[in-house]
Amino acid sequence: MADLKLTHVEKAYGEVKILEDINLDIGTGELIVFVGPSGCGKSTLLRMIAGLEKITSGTLEIDGQVVNDIPPARRGIAMVFQSYALYPHMTVRENMAFALRIAKRDRAEIDAAVNRAAEILQLTPYLDRLPKALSGGQRQRVAIGRAIVRDPKVYLFDEPLSNLDAALRVATRIEIAQLKEKMPDSTMIYVTHDQVEAMTLATRIVVLTVGQGIAQVGTPLDLYERPENEFVAQFIGSPAMNLLEGEIVGTGAETEIRLADGGIARSAVPTQASDKGMAVRVGIRPEDMVPTEGTAIYSGTVDITEALGEVTQIYFRAENGAAPVIAKLPGIHAGLRHKTVAMTADPAKVHLFHDGRSLLYR
Amino acid sequence: MENIAGRKSALNWAVHLSVLALVALWVLPTFGLLVSSFRTGDQIAASGWWRALTTQEQQLSPIRVEGEEVERNGAYEIAGTLFPRARSTVSVWGTSSRAIDAYKAGETADLDDGETLTLEADGSYLLRSPVSLKDTRLPRIFATASQPPEFTLANYRTVLFGKSTGTSIGQAFLNTATVAIPATVIPILVAAFAAYALAWMSFPGRALLVAAIVGLLVVPLQLALIPLLQFHNWIGIGKGYLGIWLAHTGFGLPLAIYLLRNYMVGLPRDIIENARVDGASEFEIFVKIILPLSFPALASFAIFQFLWTWNDLLVALVFLGTGNDQLVLTGALVNLLGSRGGEWEILATSAFVSIAVPLAVFFAMQKYLVRGLLAGSVK
Ligand SMILES: Nc1ncnc2c1ncn2[C@@H]1O[C@H](COP(=O)(O)OP(=O)(O)O)[C@@H](O)[C@H]1O
Ligand SMILES: [Mg+2]
Repeated sequence: MADLKLTHVEKAYGEVKILEDINLDIGTGELIVFVGPSGCGKSTLLRMIAGLEKITSGTLEIDGQVVNDIPPARRGIAMVFQSYALYPHMTVRENMAFALRIAKRDRAEIDAAVNRAAEILQLTPYLDRLPKALSGGQRQRVAIGRAIVRDPKVYLFDEPLSNLDAALRVATRIEIAQLKEKMPDSTMIYVTHDQVEAMTLATRIVVLTVGQGIAQVGTPLDLYERPENEFVAQFIGSPAMNLLEGEIVGTGAETEIRLADGGIARSAVPTQASDKGMAVRVGIRPEDMVPTEGTAIYSGTVDITEALGEVTQIYFRAENGAAPVIAKLPGIHAGLRHKTVAMTADPAKVHLFHDGRSLLYR
Repeated sequence: MENIAGRKSALNWAVHLSVLALVALWVLPTFGLLVSSFRTGDQIAASGWWRALTTQEQQLSPIRVEGEEVERNGAYEIAGTLFPRARSTVSVWGTSSRAIDAYKAGETADLDDGETLTLEADGSYLLRSPVSLKDTRLPRIFATASQPPEFTLANYRTVLFGKSTGTSIGQAFLNTATVAIPATVIPILVAAFAAYALAWMSFPGRALLVAAIVGLLVVPLQLALIPLLQFHNWIGIGKGYLGIWLAHTGFGLPLAIYLLRNYMVGLPRDIIENARVDGASEFEIFVKIILPLSFPALASFAIFQFLWTWNDLLVALVFLGTGNDQLVLTGALVNLLGSRGGEWEILATSAFVSIAVPLAVFFAMQKYLVRGLLAGSVK
């Protein structure tokens, strides 16, 4: 049960600024996911919240209290590390009881807490084993159990699933989602570079960029449907959103754009008359591309098709077109290779960017 | 391919053979020492230790007939045995050094003046004479006998509990333990704290401190002996156990800190940070996380330090007195070589007593030795 508030938080190692001007309000019961490319400072931000890393400037408040200089143990947080960080010389039970023993709680209370956590995570049969006798998924659960036992105000997870194999990762992801449901009042911050984890777990996602702080904060669908900038637009969704150069030729409630490669696109993003002639990039997700007989936004020859079963990914390119454009069509379209295709899209799903920023958020 | 495989197996052979040679080089003398320590001086002089388990045929030193004279049937007889204790078997014998194999066992020798001497295989003899043998020189027997293997604990009794002067190995053993155990424990206690600080606590000058310790590793100990003793005298410790503990601690610390720091630096950072999040203080992290996880390194250093202080002579000579209450094993062995240099059984036993503890320590802890030394180099 806790609110977090980050105000103008910055982190620098010597001269090198890693994080700049981070402002964030996190409410009780939220599951916030930090997502971003490797090296953008997700772990650093999490460790600053944990108190393991000094905050260079700005303030961090937990429940209204500035905690910049409060040691980790007294911030009411628990952290699950990417490497699990289990104490190798202690049994599962001792691992989970460690924090409470340090806090000098009485035995009965410790036992009850450990047993309850073990119950939730189905670890009861393994309580007397050493970590080395556990599988990766079990170790992961012990690490989570260690956090639960402390009943913290804020849970911090640093890429907790990245050491698991694909199948286990899905299963554990679902377990974490269920865990969150059982503890609706606990605040969780979860770091990942995997957008599927971000999309499925988060109440809100924080997208971080390398060196430029937060790119956007919003619910998963916000980020998907209304990305604020090209970075978020391309980071969320797979394959990444297509970006096509163009120029605004018609303004109003619906905007008309003439593309460099000759096509005409319509977008539901409203523009004013003064925007006429503005150079923009048109963003269309591969899954929003629809084959058409009429006016095409983009047409070209198919280079490659990838049949994935439920969808087929088509890479096509106009004559002289620089990068291929990707369309994701439902079903199997094996015969399209070397054929010419023409695609359009619902204007509501056509995004417009100028200087990297979405015209929707002017 | 074949070539490479061939060379590799040749290399393997070379490795195996040299390991074998090294093992033999090391084990044979040790084992010889052990066997010899259970044999009597005569046995050691007569045959090598590798024949200790077989029956030995050997020429005994001449034994003069002795015993109470009894008169029977008008003749005077003396009966006795050559081997009051051992179960040896006589094969041939004689009564003069020029003919030591004149008779077989059970035969009767005719001596001058009507005397006869009979020697049975089991060593019992009977001397018979028509006149009284009182006040005459009795004949000597030069027997060749085969002796079954025989081992004795007498050497250990003598060496450990004997009260002979200046060379009481039992007392020296205790003295050495009094030196070696604290001289192992104290540096570990100090070094573990120092190593943790140097590995995991950030403070200004840490890198310089580590560099200084690496520098101290190469300072030869001989350089410091005399100044250190002068210093001890000056502050009033003088010669004694406290002085030698401190000296060994000082000489051992650089290596101890260096080994332990390197090991601790390699411990996963996450584990320590997790303990910090769990609310553990630096001291609790040290005691509950770092120390248990560093056990291999602690053990390997402990083995080093213990073996070195146990076998040390130089530092003991400088910092301890030479009285019975301060003489260490190595010193006592040196004394023995001088005072009882010919008594091999005593020397062998003493030597074995002095290596028994290092051997036991080594075998008990060897896995930590390897693990601790390799720490950091292999994942
Ligand atoms: N102790 C440090 N000193 C200097 N730079 C660091 C330190 N720790 C991390 N960094 C840098 O900070 C950046 C962010 O690191 P990190 O937070 O681990 O990224 P992420 O978790 O998003 O992959 C990286 O470029 C990394 O090189
Ligand atoms: Mg990271």
